[in-house]
Amino acid sequence: MNFQTTIGLEVHVELKTKSKIYSPSPVEYGDEPNLNTNVIDWGYPGTLPTLNKGVVRDGIMAGLALHANITHKMHFDRKNYFYPDNPKAYQITQSDTPIATDGWVEIEVKGKKKKIGIAEMHIEEDAGKNTHTGKYSYVDLNRQGTPLIEIVSKPDISSADEAVAYLEALRQRIQFTGISDVKMEEGSMRVDTNISIHPFGTDKLGTRTEMKNINSFNFVKNALEYEEKRQQQVILSGHSVTQETRRYDEPTKTTKEMRSKEGSDDYRYFPEPDIPPLDVSDDWINEIKADMPEMPNSRRERYVNDLGLSKYDAEVLTQTKEMSDFFDAAVKEGGDPKRVANYLMNDVNSYLNDQQVDLQDTKLTPAHLAGMVKLITDGTISSKMAKKVFKGIIAGEDPAEYAKSHNLVQLSDPAQLQPIIDDVLANNQQSIEDFKNGKDRAVGYLVGQIMKQTRGKANPQVVNKLLMKSLNAK
Amino acid sequence: MAEKIDRQEVQHVANLAKLSFDDQALSKITPQLEEIIGLFTDLQKVDTDGVEPMYSPTTEVNVMREDKGIRSNQREALLKNAPDTQDGLIKVPAIIDESEDGDK
Repeated sequence: MNFQTTIGLEVHVELKTKSKIYSPSPVEYGDEPNLNTNVIDWGYPGTLPTLNKGVVRDGIMAGLALHANITHKMHFDRKNYFYPDNPKAYQITQSDTPIATDGWVEIEVKGKKKKIGIAEMHIEEDAGKNTHTGKYSYVDLNRQGTPLIEIVSKPDISSADEAVAYLEALRQRIQFTGISDVKMEEGSMRVDTNISIHPFGTDKLGTRTEMKNINSFNFVKNALEYEEKRQQQVILSGHSVTQETRRYDEPTKTTKEMRSKEGSDDYRYFPEPDIPPLDVSDDWINEIKADMPEMPNSRRERYVNDLGLSKYDAEVLTQTKEMSDFFDAAVKEGGDPKRVANYLMNDVNSYLNDQQVDLQDTKLTPAHLAGMVKLITDGTISSKMAKKVFKGIIAGEDPAEYAKSHNLVQLSDPAQLQPIIDDVLANNQQSIEDFKNGKDRAVGYLVGQIMKQTRGKANPQVVNKLLMKSLNAK
Repeated sequence: MAEKIDRQEVQHVANLAKLSFDDQALSKITPQLEEIIGLFTDLQKVDTDGVEPMYSPTTEVNVMREDKGIRSNQREALLKNAPDTQDGLIKVPAIIDESEDGDK
């Protein structure tokens, strides 16, 4: 028996607004515990929540970025539960009227393009953070009330590879809107998975299992691949899959059953009485649409069609909005697109990897990178010198000044180079003979001697041209 | 909607609300809740075809606040209402849930 796999993903994205979704408490990471929480967050009698306009705006922008229909008339719903990470004992979310519905993203796996549908997206609040030691848990409510967007895919995903491609496409598009950092390692993007299998040729979906809060793309892939195989084995051995929540265990690369919480799924939702409903106007939606930064696929097309970059280069440059914005700015400053792309993809990226920093944390500016590239293009510095100039510009220095003060200027002036060439030739009669006898190696040797005389500063192209002319004249 | 509510159901709802009722309380509460549910059953007889659902008693819409962070400086006062604290954190009996996140 062969099986068809059906995967659905729920993704939580943490928004980087200045304040919480229902109270003005600041949204700030790394602050002292419980500093950013107030009586509204705790649901004290006499307090009322107030909706953050920025969150609604961001939710609409995310909806637009994911080709979804924006809901005009919406309200919030109250989901009741007792848990120490939320002293209000309820979460205000959207259950009846999600902010956006019926979107999609396009993925490409092994050269095949596919649209993955998004059922709905809603805005809601995050819970506090718990840490556990022994008999106690410790709760920090700074995160409680931080705005989230939950994005629920349709069950259109049919393999672990497609799941990862979908998450990557989602991460990119959201990242380019600028509403979230969408970093899985920092918890600003969290993934819950649902997976089931059923025999080919049948229509009815199998029993699904759920996994919550998987925190890397790799783990998502491993967990889904393992779970796919496990369910196959369960069915092939004559048993049936139990509907349950499992967790991914990285050390063993397996999934394990979690203790189930009894009666925890009775949330008694009801319309939230404390927040008046919304009626979003087309004008506001259009305003948000106009504010939306260019999406990665449109940038990639531009890079390939207008700037002549390869598909691969365009892909790498659009991994993050910061990189892509930087590239655009450097090209606008007059840097040759291909050269700017190469420096960003190689020198800059390896610097960022080595230092474990983001592009915006460095002192490199688009103007400086473009300036260095221009120095290379016009022959002022060699690409070897550029390696040194790069150290200057990454520390915030001006490329032309840095090159000058560090004596990194190529010797391109024939009037200065010719005497040196003549001198080298006069001292290497044997090489001239060798050249005449067809030994091309001699040219390389002579260029080496000239470079040595100029301590590496001679412009190799100019040297080559002048040298060949001199040799042929002998 | 259920027209009748039995003691078991009342016990379940009480558990969800973190209330514990003894037999005597159950005998008192159950008929009361039954009466309330009966009232809703009456309400459900009203013909609401073509009436838009009302989600809020106010006619106001789009009441929103600009995104500005304001620190309340209420930490000390709030933590006084916590059962126990340590290093500015709220200390509670170990939470069984294995997931790090509270979004359940």
